[in-house]
Amino acid sequence: MGCGKSKERRAAARPQSEAHGRGGRGRDSSAKVHPPSPPLPEHPAGSTNARVLDPRARLRACIDSHPVVILSKSTCERCAEVKKLFKSMCVPYFLLELDQAEDAGGLERALSELTSETDVPVVFVKRRKIGGHGPTLKAYQEGTLQKLLKMNGSEGLPESYDYDLIIVGGGSGGLAAAKEAAKYDKKILVLDFVTPTPHGTRWGLGGTCVNVGCIPKKLMHQAALLGQAVQDSRNYGWKIEETVKHDWDKMTEAVQNYIGSLNWGYRVALRERKVTYENAYGQFVGPHRIKATNNKGKEKIYTAEKFLIATGERPRYLGIPGDKEFCISSDDLFSLPYCPGKTLVVGASYVALECAGFLAGIGLDVTVMVRSILLRGFDQDMANKIGEHMEEHGVKFIKQFIPIKVEQIEAGTPGRLRVVAQSTSGGETIEGEYNTVLLAIGRDACTRKLGLETVGVKINDKTGKIPVTDEEQTNVPYIYAIGDILEGKLELTPVAIQAGRLLAQRLYAGSNIKCDYENVPTTVFTPLEYGACGLSEEKAVEKFGEENIEVYHSYFWPLEWTIPSRDNNKCYAKIICNIKDNERVVGFHVLGPNAGEVTQGFAAALKCGLTKMQLDSTIGIHPVCAEVFTTLSVTKRSGGSILQAGCG
Amino acid sequence: WEWAGRQDYNLLVIGGGSGGLACAKEAAQLGMKVAVVDYVEPSPRGTRWGLGGTCVNVGCIPKKLIHQAALLGGMIRDAPHYGWDVAQPVLHDWRKMAEAVQNYVKSLNWGHRVQLQDRKVKYFNIKASFVNEHTICGVTKGGKETLLSAEHIVIATGGRPRYPTHIEGALEYGITSDDIFWLKESPGKTLVVGASYVALECAGFLTGLGLDTTVMMRSIPLRGFDQQMSSLVTAYMASQGTRFLKHCTPSRVQKLPDGQLQVTWEDLTSGKENMGTFSTVLWAIGRIPETRSLNLENAGINTNPNSQKILVDAQEATSVPHIYAIGDVAEGRPELTPTAIMAGKLLARRLYGQSLDVMDYSNVPTTVFTPLEYGCVGLSEEEAMARHGEEHVEVYHAYYKPLEFTVAERDASQCYIKMVCLRKPPQLVLGLHFLGPNAGEVTQGFALGIKCGASYEQVMRTVGIHPTCAEEVAKLRISKRSGLDPTVTGCG
Repeated sequence: MGCGKSKERRAAARPQSEAHGRGGRGRDSSAKVHPPSPPLPEHPAGSTNARVLDPRARLRACIDSHPVVILSKSTCERCAEVKKLFKSMCVPYFLLELDQAEDAGGLERALSELTSETDVPVVFVKRRKIGGHGPTLKAYQEGTLQKLLKMNGSEGLPESYDYDLIIVGGGSGGLAAAKEAAKYDKKILVLDFVTPTPHGTRWGLGGTCVNVGCIPKKLMHQAALLGQAVQDSRNYGWKIEETVKHDWDKMTEAVQNYIGSLNWGYRVALRERKVTYENAYGQFVGPHRIKATNNKGKEKIYTAEKFLIATGERPRYLGIPGDKEFCISSDDLFSLPYCPGKTLVVGASYVALECAGFLAGIGLDVTVMVRSILLRGFDQDMANKIGEHMEEHGVKFIKQFIPIKVEQIEAGTPGRLRVVAQSTSGGETIEGEYNTVLLAIGRDACTRKLGLETVGVKINDKTGKIPVTDEEQTNVPYIYAIGDILEGKLELTPVAIQAGRLLAQRLYAGSNIKCDYENVPTTVFTPLEYGACGLSEEKAVEKFGEENIEVYHSYFWPLEWTIPSRDNNKCYAKIICNIKDNERVVGFHVLGPNAGEVTQGFAAALKCGLTKMQLDSTIGIHPVCAEVFTTLSVTKRSGGSILQAGCG
Repeated sequence: WEWAGRQDYNLLVIGGGSGGLACAKEAAQLGMKVAVVDYVEPSPRGTRWGLGGTCVNVGCIPKKLIHQAALLGGMIRDAPHYGWDVAQPVLHDWRKMAEAVQNYVKSLNWGHRVQLQDRKVKYFNIKASFVNEHTICGVTKGGKETLLSAEHIVIATGGRPRYPTHIEGALEYGITSDDIFWLKESPGKTLVVGASYVALECAGFLTGLGLDTTVMMRSIPLRGFDQQMSSLVTAYMASQGTRFLKHCTPSRVQKLPDGQLQVTWEDLTSGKENMGTFSTVLWAIGRIPETRSLNLENAGINTNPNSQKILVDAQEATSVPHIYAIGDVAEGRPELTPTAIMAGKLLARRLYGQSLDVMDYSNVPTTVFTPLEYGCVGLSEEEAMARHGEEHVEVYHAYYKPLEFTVAERDASQCYIKMVCLRKPPQLVLGLHFLGPNAGEVTQGFALGIKCGASYEQVMRTVGIHPTCAEEVAKLRISKRSGLDPTVTGCG
């Protein structure tokens, strides 16, 4: 996505006081610049002549003589939010900090007498009381505040913007929002810019999923599955030679060609819907103002009524000697112009295990180095089963080690690298030689170089993620955010798409449907696929207590695997029920072929409040893997055997 | 005749197929003394098999395995696109496949025997017929007779393929699905007669294994299924090389001196007679219930004179209250293994487990394992229109392309999904139809959703799993009524 490391930071954060009220005067810009507004920084009231007046008269004079007045206290959070709102709208205001003014007590009494308000903030626009924090925000959201300000001839609010909506980031979420908003005749600009990886990899429009995520990984996973299919086919009577070799270049070329067609498809789709697209890096430079820098360094300034940040994430580096010089990430792997050879995958995220899985599946020597647990956040019972299966299929695991140094022994495609790793428990170090080191230790939100501080968008300092309301609104009301950069939300393409679409419908089509982040299904495309929806067993225990949940489980053997006689008692089905709520299913987990296809429908059923009884009374489809869920009878508590013998 | 005190068993099950075995095992687990009698009358070609009934021996199991063999053929062709160095074309060895499939089926036969033993169910390999309403007479292969009596009797004898005995040579030279899975040698160039799911599945996998295959059908494919889906199923098969002779009906099969079969048929459209030569002729024109040799009249059990199926009530009871019928032999029941299994289990629980649960035969999901699989649950578009009126039904649909097809450069013209809903909000889902890879896996969960009363809105609020085919179900936004192009483009 259009984010990550920019060559240099062009827009240094300016002081907050300058962030409101100033237009983009004097910038070289082909974009329209709205009329500059007079600077009117806030200054606490209580000037010298006020002393002679009684508090009521002082208050009245203040309300009468300024178009916008905020009565506030310097320590009040809600007041700060209201101030920020006006700043974000470029509307100057007169600020009266009651706690810092002379005769604070008198002023507070006067406030309650004059306005019947007892709490701050209280906002007045042209002598009309808007009210406190809540009513002000509401008036803003409903547009009545803006209307009132305009009637006042407020200089602060631009007359018109270049765009209704500027979307920063052309990934799944951003594009979905753009396409949906375009349906309602809105003027939309999408800014997307891919900062090349340290390895130099770059790609086209569409974001992570299309270019360096779901799409290429599922296709390479499919390549690995086909390798298994070729093996199986001998047992099914196909006369195939004993060893079948895999050609990395041929696979990546096919995958990249397909991705190229998708990139092109997105360009066309945007054009058809009259969405403007610029291959440029977006950074906020002021309220409602963004600077777009293209790859030649040319800058343009655009204004918009609303903004949507959908910049996603990029892979994290270790910060050890040699990591950026010699290691690659998932951003590089799918278009690597040479076979990676013997590979060390660092990390135990789903990205790590998926990559390790398909690399091993196409016949490479693969080692995974894990610091602590596999698939943090996922059901650990399932995660460990995935690990065991991968190990049985030739993936080596080095557990409780972290790399501390990567050195190049020999350059080449691939070259040879030496990795020094240290035990997490003590000082023990080990060394290994690999052709490729793939880092998959996590991803970082692309939020720190967007000029968010300039417009006052709050981010979580530690994670860089953006907290939003349940309507995907940031703390700055005209700025929204969706996708992987959201704090506490799921990093999944369909979630971003759903959030983007629904947001556009709320903004422009009068909808009030919010994105539901509950019971979102997902699938990990490890060699043995893992589909899940709802709670992990750990989370369910934590939420309901162990005695209140019942776990039903079973191994199963896909019929197709019987003929090649492989992997019996590896596929596994598990549901977690809340005993106190009619054995409602709160977690669904499946490990087996086509787990994604299996899980989707069950996710719909979970949405409809599925209970164990309903599962039991549903008729299976024979013979498929998914039918196992209609016949689960052994509880984990019982300790009964779940090994599979025959069918029926 | 006094029956009191003379029954040998609490429960006697006639027929050791999916339904019968499930019922017997469940009753035994509830502490009953149970016997199962099972006997496979050899097919006219002489094919015979072990315990487990149609599904295990000559149905779902071998059919899905051979379907898988055919799918693997497609994957072998895909593999080079994904970088695998596989020299094409790859030939198929029927003998090797058949042996593997048959060995697996035999292991299942054995497994069923062991399971019965473990649960202390007495098993008799005898052919049963009613003596009276509590007694049956069983005859072994060697002609030895045994009398068995029981308090409750369950008839679960299933069905067998029908032969068009009026067609000259049909019985002498044709085979059926009872034989195809047990052939030791490749059937070679094959004519499949019929348009049932059995016909299309068999023709599909034969084509997939590289055999020259022709389907001859008199009228429509997959009667009873959604007709739009059915025509897409056959369109895909045709694109994969299956030949179709539509509106044709065979009149004669003759054996030529070289052992080939010469089939004569009438083209119903032109009225002309045509001829063709095949190595194998497979009849798949329907199935008939196994009731004729049971001497049902000795016990006073009523059947439908047309279908010859046994009439049952919601409790699966026949006209004789202590005699029940489940599975394919019972009138009006879906002919599906899982329904028979569940009906058998629930019946045993009602009889011996103080349960009152009766079988719910509505919204039973099923999948047709044609080369492009077709999964469905609930009403077809035609049924929905007939039941609710066209103006009250909204159909959402999409043509989609499975991700795996892209790199493999496969044609996805027939990958199609259709959701039939009531038009009135919240638009209750009446039926779901899915045509594409892994249709069974996709359909199962949605079947549950429909059981839980899912509405169109709820399905749309379900977040998709990316990238899968199933996610397209959660993204169906184009209604047929709108007339908009239902082709899915790109992601999202």
